[in-house]
Amino acid sequence: MKSLAELAAIRDKMKDKVVLREGTGEIRVVVGMATCGIAAGARPVLNAFVEGVNKEGLSDKVTVSQTGCIGVCQFEPVVEIYESDKEKVTYVKMTAEKAAEVIEKHLKGGKVITEYTITNAIS
Amino acid sequence: MKELSLNILDISQNSVKAKADKIEIILDETAETLAITIKDNGCGMTAEQVQNVMDPFFTTRTTRNVGLGVPLLKLAAEQTGGRIEIQSVSEKDNPVEHGTVIRADFFTKHLDFTPIGDIVSTVTSLIQGAPDIRWIFIHNTVSGSVELDTDELKAVLGDVPLDNYEVIKWIEEYLKDGYAEIQYK
Repeated sequence: MKSLAELAAIRDKMKDKVVLREGTGEIRVVVGMATCGIAAGARPVLNAFVEGVNKEGLSDKVTVSQTGCIGVCQFEPVVEIYESDKEKVTYVKMTAEKAAEVIEKHLKGGKVITEYTITNAIS
Repeated sequence: MKELSLNILDISQNSVKAKADKIEIILDETAETLAITIKDNGCGMTAEQVQNVMDPFFTTRTTRNVGLGVPLLKLAAEQTGGRIEIQSVSEKDNPVEHGTVIRADFFTKHLDFTPIGDIVSTVTSLIQGAPDIRWIFIHNTVSGSVELDTDELKAVLGDVPLDNYEVIKWIEEYLKDGYAEIQYK
């Protein structure tokens, strides 16, 4: 059984890190979590980003957050990636597998996966 | 929705948008019934708005924050012979005590009962998305209860936010352990 003592250990471990993390987050990953997104499978996509960003050691520069309906319900699950000085990238019809690929190629490698973007979906 | 836990995730997002700072998700199970209650202290709704959220075709873009969520939960409950009930007090009518309570009742033996599904994932997703809210989760089953109150976690965590990855993982494991302990399902 998990105990509150373990939580206290996490707190002590994070004490130094918290300061470091503030003011960073150069990249923002935003997952659409309205009815349309949730029904289309946004929950596993969100989890894949939360897990993956941490596992790849990207949590100092990437923040994962949630938003409501982005307005393109037919393309859900939708994920937007905001990066300072760069144009917003909108990924559509996302899955947990695609999320892993986006983490690897886009967030780590800096290369947009055009195939999964909305621009590609509507053209 | 494939799982009721997804409806719960969806309806709770409305409470987040209603600027609640305390949201309770309560599941009460008996041998043949399930009651899902989502209670918040958000801005609430007027009687007219409560009627409107039940109707999927009323919703326009300006009230999009309500949308199809409630009708989908209503359908999921009614197709088992159950029902949905909404009580709400708007902030305009009562600036002190306002908020919304949505309760959905299900008959779990009915052929069209949608399984609860991955409720742990719903709870961790909600906390990750809105770590400043006090989340209270209570699931009473025939074999025992699983409970979580983020205020108790915050008391231990101090400045470390609830959306910290290791904290989210701890919550996930804590809930899973809780279900294992009562030998749920």
